[in-house]
Amino acid sequence: MSFGERTSRILLSTPVLRIGSIFTTLFGISIFVFLVLRVIPGDSIVGAFGIETGVLTPEQIAQLKIYYGIDKSLPMQYLSWMQSFLTGNMGYSYSTGISIASLTAKALPVTIELALIGTILGVVMGIAVGTFSARKPGSIRDFAGQLFGLMALAVPGFVLSTTIVTIMANKFHYFPNGYEFVRLWEDPWMNLQQMMFPGLVLGIAVAAPVMRTTRSALLETVDKDFVRTAIGKGVSPRKVQTRHILRNSLIPIVTMTGIQFGYLLGGAVIVENIFSLPGMGRQVLYAITRREYATVQSSVMVFAILFIAINVITDLIYRKVDPRIKK
Amino acid sequence: MIKPLLSVSGLGISTVQDPRTLVNSVSFEIMPGEAVGVVGESGSGKTLTALSILGLLPRGVAVAGGSIVFNGTDLTKADPETMRNLRGSDISMVYQDPMTALNPVMKLGRQLLEVIESHEKLDNGSVARVEAALREVGIPQVERAMESYPHEFSGGMRQRVMIAMALLLSPKLLIADEPTTALDVTIQQQILALVSEQRRKRDMSMLWITHDLGVVANLVDRLIVMYAGNIVEAGTVQEIFTNPQHPYTHGLLSSLPSRTDKSRKRLTSIPGVPQKPWLVGNTCAFAPRCFKATSECTASAPKLVGSLEKSVACFHPMGDK
Repeated sequence: MSFGERTSRILLSTPVLRIGSIFTTLFGISIFVFLVLRVIPGDSIVGAFGIETGVLTPEQIAQLKIYYGIDKSLPMQYLSWMQSFLTGNMGYSYSTGISIASLTAKALPVTIELALIGTILGVVMGIAVGTFSARKPGSIRDFAGQLFGLMALAVPGFVLSTTIVTIMANKFHYFPNGYEFVRLWEDPWMNLQQMMFPGLVLGIAVAAPVMRTTRSALLETVDKDFVRTAIGKGVSPRKVQTRHILRNSLIPIVTMTGIQFGYLLGGAVIVENIFSLPGMGRQVLYAITRREYATVQSSVMVFAILFIAINVITDLIYRKVDPRIKK
Repeated sequence: MIKPLLSVSGLGISTVQDPRTLVNSVSFEIMPGEAVGVVGESGSGKTLTALSILGLLPRGVAVAGGSIVFNGTDLTKADPETMRNLRGSDISMVYQDPMTALNPVMKLGRQLLEVIESHEKLDNGSVARVEAALREVGIPQVERAMESYPHEFSGGMRQRVMIAMALLLSPKLLIADEPTTALDVTIQQQILALVSEQRRKRDMSMLWITHDLGVVANLVDRLIVMYAGNIVEAGTVQEIFTNPQHPYTHGLLSSLPSRTDKSRKRLTSIPGVPQKPWLVGNTCAFAPRCFKATSECTASAPKLVGSLEKSVACFHPMGDK
């Protein structure tokens, strides 16, 4: 094997390509977010001073531009942000004066906890209702299951969230999110109460597609030859259902769950604001209204890295679920 | 008198909605230790007949009448738990396509152990039993095979695994639904030899479904010929091959190539295509394609008459040669 051949082999091997494509994706996202933010009308000065920007003198504006770092050309702004992002502190939030890295370190666990709770609730509900539906296609219970799926899909998270807030707070005077947010390791019981409603809202959003995927995957698998073989061996109906049918339907369910977990990060922006959870979603929204470019950019990059990490984890789970997928 | 192990009488199978007859009043018996072959073209109802014995008919298809008596129990009226107990232990089945008949995400050893687990308690000897069963059907490196997944095996090897699975609990009746159709010719021969060897060893009854007369000739004691959901002729292999009575059987046999015939003649074929079983009505199903058909053949359906050695459903049988 010549040297050139060997190098190209290594360069084209799957892990190298994979890592290469991950970095290309992240680079593309960083450019995209950077540009989109500059397209939004207003800048950091307007974001911080609002209508009072009008009374600032040109000298003051020039000073503020230097302060916010928007006096430089766009490529220079990009590079200086990239530098701070890659060196670890991710830049500074001007309104608080704290590094974005330490803001994220506080906000990220909240969002991840919320997304995990949402995913777990969603997968459990989705698989349960999907299985319930698929048992007898065309029956009343199938109709009920599908109706649940459609409604869960159709009702937007903010409608569901505000409904829950209104009913629980007004009618039952129970609203744990009214108190200051408590972290899981400070008071797990209070924390879980605060996470319950937002987790449920996200869980319902995840349950709908997972339910539909489960139902169709199960219905497809039921008619497979190996299911007949299992029944023909005398395996009990319950074990045929779990070991053979459900087990073989897992791949599409895992795919759908991975995708939904990614979307949850986005859904968290709305839900975190309604339930006043100090997560990444709140951080991003606040930063957008203040035009704190670096904060938005860095937070979006964190979302992107998370999304990619979930994809990689999904791929790893595939290998566990289906032995036919080669390592 | 010996009682038959399996006695099918007047079995009808049809679709559930918009009922269409798929198998029409089929009757036959299998004696203990006897091997019976069912031949027929695609759509003749042979596979459905086999599946109905184990209650494995596909969704939307059901037994419409008649009885399937196995060892004194009518399987068409048996409750689900009775059927479950029977499947895999007293009656087991080898299917047509070994590529899809095994669970792709379950280790082979696990799939075989599941048979034991479903009927007995798993114990320390279970693994050894499964390994012995795999060795018996000619699987090399049994310990490794136990830990393998189906996709790591070839079609022939998978069919051997299926056979080991079917024989694991020494069933009284083995149903083989064209187990060699999906395999290439050399492997076919090996599988046929394996099954007939196992059958002789265990003195097990067998129902062998095939569309290939050549395959069953040396394998079974008696043959049943099906056409469009009906049995048209049944009898010993010897009788059917040397002295076919039904014009359809006659046509089938003369379409077989012969190794000794060097005349390079074209093989004869039966004109026309098989009729759909639900369109037959009260006539002889073969009449539209039959060179001996008369008005009598379309006026009513002929009944299967004769003995266990030889019976035919035809108004104008070929007659003795």
